[in-house]
Amino acid sequence: MSTAPFQRRALTVTAVQQLGAYTVLRAAEQPAAGGQSGARAAVPAPGAAVPAPGAAVPAPGAAVPAPGQFAMLATVERWGGGEDERPYLARAFSYARHTQGEAHFLLEDVGPGTRRLCELGVGERMWALGPLGRGFKAGGSDLHGRRALLVGGGVGIAPLAILQDALASSGEAATVLLGFRDRARAEGAALFADAHVATDDGSVGHHGLVTQLLADELRRDARAVVYACGPAPMLESVRALCERTQVPAQLALEAGMACGFGACFGCVVPRRGGGYLRVCVDGPVIDAAELEHVDAHAGAPA
Amino acid sequence: MSAAGAVTQGVEFCGLQLAHPIINGSGTFDALAAARAFGDELTQRFPFAAYVSKTITLEPRAGNPPPRLWESSAGLINSIGLPNKGLDGYLAQDLPALAQLGIGAGGASASEPAAAGEPAAAGGPAPAGGPAAAGGPAPAGGPAPAGGPAPAGGPAPTPLITNVMGSSAEEIARLLEACDAYASIAAIELNVSCPNVNTGLDIGADPSQLHDVLRAVRPRTGKPLIVKLTPNTADVVACAQAAEGGGADAVSLINTLRASALTPGRAAGGPRRDPRPAPWLGGGSGGLSGPAIRVVALAQVAAVAARVSVPVVGMGGVQTAAHARDLLDVGATLVAVGTESFRDPRVAATIARELRNVRHTAGSKL
Repeated sequence: MSTAPFQRRALTVTAVQQLGAYTVLRAAEQPAAGGQSGARAAVPAPGAAVPAPGAAVPAPGAAVPAPGQFAMLATVERWGGGEDERPYLARAFSYARHTQGEAHFLLEDVGPGTRRLCELGVGERMWALGPLGRGFKAGGSDLHGRRALLVGGGVGIAPLAILQDALASSGEAATVLLGFRDRARAEGAALFADAHVATDDGSVGHHGLVTQLLADELRRDARAVVYACGPAPMLESVRALCERTQVPAQLALEAGMACGFGACFGCVVPRRGGGYLRVCVDGPVIDAAELEHVDAHAGAPA
Repeated sequence: MSAAGAVTQGVEFCGLQLAHPIINGSGTFDALAAARAFGDELTQRFPFAAYVSKTITLEPRAGNPPPRLWESSAGLINSIGLPNKGLDGYLAQDLPALAQLGIGAGGASASEPAAAGEPAAAGGPAPAGGPAAAGGPAPAGGPAPAGGPAPAGGPAPTPLITNVMGSSAEEIARLLEACDAYASIAAIELNVSCPNVNTGLDIGADPSQLHDVLRAVRPRTGKPLIVKLTPNTADVVACAQAAEGGGADAVSLINTLRASALTPGRAAGGPRRDPRPAPWLGGGSGGLSGPAIRVVALAQVAAVAARVSVPVVGMGGVQTAAHARDLLDVGATLVAVGTESFRDPRVAATIARELRNVRHTAGSKL
């Protein structure tokens, strides 16, 4: 895993793309001078390694995130003064993709922090501290000849996109299962090369839960490693299913987090056998076997 | 306190020579976790002039059930519950690990208890824990300061201040005595925001109780003893004076202000339709920190500094060098940065560096 530079750094937004209900924010430390990044770039083709015109040049020392790692984001201007005079703390986001020094984040406006970040336009600046945390273990030795099953829900699909990139570049096949509330959110599936989609309202793909797709896949072939990220009830369902079928699973968790680097002890989840894990430094990706259950409390400041 | 306009930022505090006046608030920076997150850069660019540990208790504590955090207006309520490995775990595991990071010791041997009969302050071969530990004034924020004697390949050791808490004079005495034996611990900070098991009152909230407890435990250590005062009291000045009278070498303030938040969605129309107020925090209530409390901190630090003669460590909502300058101007010797480090882990170095300019400006006006 990469360690983060020991200081938050200012990134400049290079592109903003609406993806249904979501916003894809792309940012880099040194946007190419006079480049065409201002003209809005398309969401890159899945697995794309070709730099877009005007793509940012990686800053010296900028760390490349591993799939599953995250960054703490805040806007440089007007962070605060929203609802309840918030936001105050930075917000944690998984890297959804990282190409040529440009970081991609998937946002959903669900509170004063995410709203402010969603307001950012090209050329505006934001603070980023990252890459932080422990990501997915998805090398050949982690897979042991099993296939990778990527299971995502809602805005939690983000770290699975960069994971799919990494698996593709190492020649590993991955099956992607995604669940969304509705059609507007299901547009998030465009981050992936190929995905099976379920929606709560049946507007796109399977009418039902993504965990039903997972159960079908495991019935078909249980020689798999599951990589999952999404809302707590989905993760708990994935955890329980994988425990029952004895399939190894790695869960990317979300929790209320003040710092992102182990200082505040705020983002804990109960560890199987007692005590707590800090999601920021012991995770955010945690082996399902380390958890008794995934708690459903919504702890993250939005 | 250093004279305004001084060229260097070096400051003397309880016999410790510190490179600059900025330290961390207890429980707001975990150097061991930060080393995992930031790698070698943490030690190369360590931002604090001294490192204050999280609160250590006699027995290990898991901490409070989540949720532990609530973002409020320009602030943060936390209800962490002082998770720690316990005294034995801290001494056996954390001290050597901190020494590896250049905190609290000049070498591994300095983490060992001093030999029997040997004054702890004499330390080992390295300048651990002693007044000389900080070496010369280091350029704040710069890479690997030159100057004082350093462990091989690293900067001069950062003095370690160990924060402890006990629920009775007996418990506190055991904690102080144990820390006293370690040369790598430069000073001890006593967290008195803890209910006394014998009286039910927070030890630090009542001046006479605080005075009595300190009188009882003070002889157990020869190391500088800093009392971390609680702001959740009727008269913080009386508590500070009680700490001084009880033998404290310094006081630090302010700790977090008691605060609480209710679970959202509980009001009419919420899914639960439960009229009872449900606390959001797993621990029930918590403590408020961040910019929201800065003006309270300024008032309390000023009031205390005017009425005690021991040095004062001021803290509460500091985000910039100007905020730190305010606390120094009203009488603090050191300033601790806490919650702001959550937003930028190296902000203390920025504050220390910019404080130099603020100080020069102030000095030039004198």
